[in-house]
Amino acid sequence: MTSKLFAPIAALLALAACGGPGEPIDQNGSDPRLPGTSETLLPPMSIARPAGWDGEVPTVPQGFTILPIATDLKIPRQMLVLPNGDILIAEGSGGGAPKIRPKDVIAGMIKARGKSKVKGGDQITLLRDQDRDGRPELRTVFIADLNAPYGLALAGGKLYVANQDALLEFPYEEGQTKITAPGREVTGLPSELNHHWTKALAASPDGSRLYVGIGSNSNIMERGPEAEIDRAMVWEIDPQTGAHRPYATGLRNPTALAFNPETGVLWTAVNERDELGDHLVPDYISSVREGGFYGWPYSYWGKHVDPRVRPQKPDLVAKALTPDYAVGSHVAPLGLAFGNGTVFGPRFANGAFVGQHGSWNRHDLAGYKVIWIPFAGGMPAGKPVDFVTGFLTADGEARGRPVGVTVDPVGNALLIADDLSNTVWRVALAVRPAPAPATGQAVPQ
Amino acid sequence: MATGQARFLHPLHGLLLAFPIALFASALASDITYLNTAVVQWSHFSAWLIAGAQLFGALIVIWAIAAFVRLRGTPFRLRALIYLGLAGAMWIVGLLNSFQHSRDAWSSVGTTGLFLSIFSTLLALAAGWVAYSAPIVTGATR
Repeated sequence: MTSKLFAPIAALLALAACGGPGEPIDQNGSDPRLPGTSETLLPPMSIARPAGWDGEVPTVPQGFTILPIATDLKIPRQMLVLPNGDILIAEGSGGGAPKIRPKDVIAGMIKARGKSKVKGGDQITLLRDQDRDGRPELRTVFIADLNAPYGLALAGGKLYVANQDALLEFPYEEGQTKITAPGREVTGLPSELNHHWTKALAASPDGSRLYVGIGSNSNIMERGPEAEIDRAMVWEIDPQTGAHRPYATGLRNPTALAFNPETGVLWTAVNERDELGDHLVPDYISSVREGGFYGWPYSYWGKHVDPRVRPQKPDLVAKALTPDYAVGSHVAPLGLAFGNGTVFGPRFANGAFVGQHGSWNRHDLAGYKVIWIPFAGGMPAGKPVDFVTGFLTADGEARGRPVGVTVDPVGNALLIADDLSNTVWRVALAVRPAPAPATGQAVPQ
Repeated sequence: MATGQARFLHPLHGLLLAFPIALFASALASDITYLNTAVVQWSHFSAWLIAGAQLFGALIVIWAIAAFVRLRGTPFRLRALIYLGLAGAMWIVGLLNSFQHSRDAWSSVGTTGLFLSIFSTLLALAAGWVAYSAPIVTGATR
């Protein structure tokens, strides 16, 4: 019924979004090729319609296995592995900025076709899998009644949860399976409109500082400058006092934050702007320099001026930093996790996993996979490798869409949250070189 | 008609036609204001004004087609054809302008959007002039 209703709109869109996908461009790496801007009367919109897994599983490299460790979740986004190996999963769906233009109504309906119909859980689920077989013995609602939780971190013995509107602190004791104590609000987080609502969270290696990613309130300033106060930046927060300051700015939508264990440098995955063509602008992962400005909204990939922003700010563009590593345009990297050196053997020891939610704003579908980017000396070194694929069917339907990725150093696995099939996938080596003991193992930090 | 009188516009048709004329002209004014101020609210006003003009414009075009068929054998035949052509062109230019205004920030108006707003306003005014200037014809057949 709905598909019949939208068929004329889709046909109209196909007609107006003239131009084809063109030749494929490899936009991975530190120096991606950037074509000229291509603004069409209507933006290209290709939505992968949801299809079930039907017993199938994603594709992993030879020597690895993948299993759903939890299904029937309520929009799983990011995860955290606790020192005892318990897995926390933040479930929720935020946003709800008012529709201020006819476009918002129509584009919202089209994008909704590629999403799960399940209502966000506003909760954190705990999984306990002590025998590490990928089949948890225990599953509980760890914290209920949250408000679109996304980022999770453990620091100084406290659990931190980044709701879409506030950073909360919970007391945590190892082995707990449920927290009923009310959270202490460390600080409110910018939540007016909340066009990009996710609040990514990471704790510094020593636990003394927290970092929160705050997305922009628009694609490219179409809600006006007032809507962008305290947006498109990473905050540094003192968990004791709640004092905070912008740590880096001009980051359009920093949806994941992680510290590189080798160098102790903060990295982020950023979703760049839309509607400049199939191959603009590349999304990226980058180290985050303190005080750095990364361009949004005035420029992209360093100093390439975006013509849609008026008034323009040449003085700011002159200061814009170029990100470290592009991962392709519109692929939507929502997950970032560094390998810890021991979990997956030498091939996947030093580098980063990036979960790509997948595109809507290009003719061909891009993303919809988890990639591995090899690192050396704290920086990316080489082309990415597809690590987990098979989220798309042969005819372009989506079985799943990866969001957060988390390395589980206790269970020796990579966890992938999939917010379309509402599953958390667990990737592990089929045969461990040295089997880990089931319990009582110290956690490498 | 039994009375032997024929009119070009039904009163309700005349009322509906007033909307695209006013709404396209208002969108042109708010486009100009946006280009002068870069305050996005004006671009949003334009987008809704054009959407409203398109809604009423669609009814106008349907009614214009029906009127053209009804008035085939009358002295209004040519006027009905011109009116249909102007109303149709107005609606198509308005649709392109809706798409233009769905783009983000400055690209929602820019030079293209301004010209599309000027064209759709002129076409609406012309369609209105042709429709409202039609005389009452007595002794018409049908």
